[in-house]
Amino acid sequence: MKNKYSIFSLIKNALSYHENWQRAWRDPEPKKEYDVIIIGGGGHGLATAFYLAKKHYIKNIAVVEKGWIGGGNTGRNTTIIRSNYLWDASAGLYDHALKIWEGLSQELNYNVMFSQRGVMNLAHNLQDVRDLKRRTHANRLNDIDAVWLNTEEVKKFCPIINTSPNIRYPVLGGTLQRRAGTARHDAVAWGYARGADAMGVDIIQNCEVKGIKRNGDTVEGIETSKGFIKTKKIGVVAAGHSSVIANMVDIKLPLESKPLQALVSEPVKPIIDTVVMSNAVHAYVSQSDKGELVIGAGTDAYVSYTQRGSHDVVEGTLKAILELYPIFSRMKMLRQWGGIVDICPDASPIISKTHIKGLYFNCGWGTGGFKATPGSGDLFAHTIANDEPHKLNADFNINRFVSGDLVDEHGAAAVAH
Amino acid sequence: MFLINCPYCGERDQSEFSAGGEAHIVRPKQPTELSDDQWAEFLFMRKNIKGVQLERWNHSHGCRKWFNMVRDTSNDKIHAVYKMGEKPPIK
Repeated sequence: MKNKYSIFSLIKNALSYHENWQRAWRDPEPKKEYDVIIIGGGGHGLATAFYLAKKHYIKNIAVVEKGWIGGGNTGRNTTIIRSNYLWDASAGLYDHALKIWEGLSQELNYNVMFSQRGVMNLAHNLQDVRDLKRRTHANRLNDIDAVWLNTEEVKKFCPIINTSPNIRYPVLGGTLQRRAGTARHDAVAWGYARGADAMGVDIIQNCEVKGIKRNGDTVEGIETSKGFIKTKKIGVVAAGHSSVIANMVDIKLPLESKPLQALVSEPVKPIIDTVVMSNAVHAYVSQSDKGELVIGAGTDAYVSYTQRGSHDVVEGTLKAILELYPIFSRMKMLRQWGGIVDICPDASPIISKTHIKGLYFNCGWGTGGFKATPGSGDLFAHTIANDEPHKLNADFNINRFVSGDLVDEHGAAAVAH
Repeated sequence: MFLINCPYCGERDQSEFSAGGEAHIVRPKQPTELSDDQWAEFLFMRKNIKGVQLERWNHSHGCRKWFNMVRDTSNDKIHAVYKMGEKPPIK
């Protein structure tokens, strides 16, 4: 890497008032041809380019992004990372990602501020208790750490939770994954961008894809706002806009794009040192290193590409937050925003080849893609390089909607979609 | 968040309504003769358009009637509302 970050580089640059840091990645014009083009410069797309270059030795790669890198859902999520999924296929996929997260800052030479502060999922009714206990057992069978906590243990782990039996949805217990936690989302995009760029990947921002050129069932290149770029392989990692790209080649995907909202409060002193999620009342909260409460709301129940979302969704989430955490009643919310998430009918992602040769899709991450960023990139890179899925993403192909082999995580994921 | 002009009740808040997805996807007349591909197409595959889309909506916290809507998903603007069974008005 041209400019390795270390304590020494920090001291050296401090002496020159931090005015001489090298830029972390180039801003190249597109070449005429690439071996692989990744559409979408979010975390997943940049990670895909990074692992294509690092593990599969493909260096002639472009990542084209219509806005700026990490400006989409990578910069709009609530940064939660966990792998306590019910089904074997999902457990394999998300725990693969979690294992990469554990060494990611070293791998990228970029501090992604991965913090294993634990993720606790609360149960509010008897069915929740049964489902979460079942998931705990399933997790353990898949070698994923998970424990069941009773109400007193929940209170001990996170003292600000209202565990009174007299609230509308009392806390009957919860599960805890200690290896889970949070990371700094922007740093993930920047770290992968810097790492990929150092290996020769061209990251082309402000370059919108207008069309995909193909000859019969083989791709030939992409039409962009910066002209035509030739390639034999295209990896589409466009999140909420996956269907927009798919419609360019007359492919229909089983996706619906909806706004998902999050909001942060004014910064306060440390008050919650973990992540607490609650499926039944749809409230989840953690605290950023800046001190803001980071709160995730639900999706709007209709298709929309507006990155804002409805007021009533936020209102519903905050009602639940206030009942569970009365201490937050006088907090002021500072910012609210929405991201467009592409949701599959079974709430599991698609990392797959298509019937068009050289066209690959990585989409359908819905409301929970951030946690999978490194694993998704790694497996998608494998799929593109070998033209065959890795065994960990073989179940996440598009054909499962024809065969019926769905990976139904709707009720099993920690928060309702 | 927006207002929806229910063809039966008039203008109401969007939170009173439930979206029913893409409109004019016809239920197969001969379900027993459908292939797996055709079932997948009917059940799961959607255009998911960014732009003007035809949709079904239900006034679930009101008259509970279904109707159709022409809506631009890129800015949530509603161009027209029309009843079930009617042809979509030309936008």
